[in-house]
Amino acid sequence: MIREFLDVLPLAVLGAVLGLDVVSFPQAQISRPLVAATLAGALIGHAMEGLLAGAALELIALETLPVGASRYPEWGSAAVVGGALFASQPDSTPGAMSISVLAALATASVGGWSMVALRTWNARFAGRRRDRLEYGSRGAVVGLQVLGLTADLARGGVLTMVALLAMRPIMRASLSLWTVDGRWSRAVVAGMAATVAMGAVWKLFHTTAAARWYLAGGLVLGLAILAGR
Amino acid sequence: MSEPGVPPLPAAGSPPSLSLFARAAILLRLLAIQGSWNYEILLGNGIAFCMEPVLRRLPGGRRGEAYRAALSRECRYFNAHPYLAAVAVGALARAELDQEPPGKIERFRTALCGPLGSVGDRLVWAGWLPFSSLLALTVFGFGGGPLAVVLTFLGTYNVAHLALRAWGLRVGWNQGLRVAASLGVPLLRASPPHVVRASSLLAGVAIPLSLYRVIGPGRGLLGGVLAAVALGAIVLARAQGRAEGWRIALLLLASVVLYSVIGHG
Repeated sequence: MIREFLDVLPLAVLGAVLGLDVVSFPQAQISRPLVAATLAGALIGHAMEGLLAGAALELIALETLPVGASRYPEWGSAAVVGGALFASQPDSTPGAMSISVLAALATASVGGWSMVALRTWNARFAGRRRDRLEYGSRGAVVGLQVLGLTADLARGGVLTMVALLAMRPIMRASLSLWTVDGRWSRAVVAGMAATVAMGAVWKLFHTTAAARWYLAGGLVLGLAILAGR
Repeated sequence: MSEPGVPPLPAAGSPPSLSLFARAAILLRLLAIQGSWNYEILLGNGIAFCMEPVLRRLPGGRRGEAYRAALSRECRYFNAHPYLAAVAVGALARAELDQEPPGKIERFRTALCGPLGSVGDRLVWAGWLPFSSLLALTVFGFGGGPLAVVLTFLGTYNVAHLALRAWGLRVGWNQGLRVAASLGVPLLRASPPHVVRASSLLAGVAIPLSLYRVIGPGRGLLGGVLAAVALGAIVLARAQGRAEGWRIALLLLASVVLYSVIGHG
């Protein structure tokens, strides 16, 4: 158990830092799946596998942009989980991508809930300091900010740690029972991700004049490139 | 073009100097502006946190009544896009330093919330972020390695991200209470449709190429998946607002995994 914990610790630290980036600091989008999963893969020596998982997750993440105060999945810690799980398997293990992306989506969902809980907790903490904030206390203002940042960092770290500790044995057991052809299961994941991405692109862009023609033109170009390969 | 609810003001004098150290301190704090984001005061505390280094210049310094009154005013409810909140931080800090009447500052603060939210959402969340993501996915689709893909995304996104924060602080500080006019600059108002069109073009290229790269070679399988993607995307687009694709993907993928595991033997 201690060895498992120590194995996962560097990834939990990465998950903490990237979870923090989602909203609190510095919002440089190092938490986007394309980056986060690749970094997780690189951390365990297989950046390319991390990138593959990250690309699938990035396609899905196109649907959930952090507009306004909307509630959305937390991709930073989740992509670390997905990227690390996929990168931890030898090349093309059948089912590895399906389970890794599923684990990332489940973590993203729990992560979204944890961000809502953190915001509620921040509000409660601000409420307790209301008198000092009203007085204009520098300590209250800075303290509230530091507390929120620290709590968010811890949230991402704990989430990544728990998700990896829970998912690693589940993944090992599932892969030993996997029956479907590896390419087919990978095609299902990629197909789902591309479907979500296409739906998201349409929802985001179709109201802009001529954007649908640019999309159609891009598709023609993309398919022509594929046909030429 | 001035924002509704923000009356134009007469020309202000030249802004007081803002040292490089103070500017750097505010910019660094701006990166953490959402550190205590919550459902009661949203960004409010972050605004006060960011402008605190400048407020020390008020008469009496940190222990002065003016400093405390300003900090108390600025940590109340505020909502804006986190990057464009830099405009508010600059403008409000300038107003506090100019010792504008508190009522005027509060009215200005309230009027600023809406425009800074909607402009930022359109420009960044619905514009530049998907553009950067699709550009990086295009590089991935063309066979780019981890470093090329990650650097493309982070470089493209953060050039605009950091420039927007720095511009916001500068324009807010220079214009003070007259800053509303600066939100009408063509880059903020007219660029989102162009970014959206470019993103649409990139999406058309990036999605099929990324699909190909994740699946690997094999025309028969790819053709079937492309047809399924087209059908699925139409269903998702028609279900606009009633269904979230990522949740559907989560459920479908869980079913696929269960089937693949339980199908054993």
